[in-house]
Amino acid sequence: MAVTVLAMVLQRNLFSVVVLFSIYSFLMATVLVALDAVDVAMTEAAVGAGVSTVLLLGALHLTGGTEAKRLERPLVPLALAVAVGAVLAYGSLGLPSFSDPLAPIHTHVAPRYLGASVEETGVPNVVSAVLASYRGYDTLGETIVVFTAGAGVIALLRRRRKGR
Amino acid sequence: MSAVAAHFSYWVTLFLMIAGLYILIARGNLMKKLIGLGVFQTSVYLLYIAPGKLVGGTAPIVAAGFTTYSNPLPHVLILTAIVVGVATLALGLAITVRIREAYGTIEEDEILERDRTGER
Repeated sequence: MAVTVLAMVLQRNLFSVVVLFSIYSFLMATVLVALDAVDVAMTEAAVGAGVSTVLLLGALHLTGGTEAKRLERPLVPLALAVAVGAVLAYGSLGLPSFSDPLAPIHTHVAPRYLGASVEETGVPNVVSAVLASYRGYDTLGETIVVFTAGAGVIALLRRRRKGR
Repeated sequence: MSAVAAHFSYWVTLFLMIAGLYILIARGNLMKKLIGLGVFQTSVYLLYIAPGKLVGGTAPIVAAGFTTYSNPLPHVLILTAIVVGVATLALGLAITVRIREAYGTIEEDEILERDRTGER
């Protein structure tokens, strides 16, 4: 995965970058399966690797080809990125270690969801139960965001046709 | 567990995050910037999902014979994030296409140059 990302940073042919991004999304989906997040992995493979790639290829068709080479060396962004990374790595040392059953994430609401959701919603898949039942308003908000984005895309691309 | 093994997942996340951030800042091409944003986003998925995993656990689908499950809440949040992410990506690409129509380029510095000279 790291190799794919590095190749994406270096590659200037945008078509290759899009294909690499698709490969990267599939690798990410595999990692998510390994982390027991099967629902998320399925969504990532379908949406991240599928829909995103189609959208990127479509946009690439309309905007075309390769990326221009910048004149100055990108030292400032590199330094900034490394500095942010160093600070975050220092911060990560204070986080609970991997797969620690006593970490706050596992002791807050999760046990209740796992224990009571079958009884309360009748859905054995806890992710679906939480998504559609306990956090239903969240999902409603999500659909509003998607609707707004779709409306925005249509508005932007329709104006273009009228302008011609 | 040693400190390295205990925090390895965070460091993978951080590497992806920094790579995304670097692409986002250093590259002038708008398409490339959006892809960098995508890499950054996927690193955030990992940031949420990795702490929810328990070694020896299974996916959070309640069934007989299993007692340990990974935490379902981050999964729900990230499902929402993926869908919202693709929506923002679509919007960003639409804007990029419009910029290309208006300016004839999607390179940031060329766009700024044209704005400065007032030429369209």
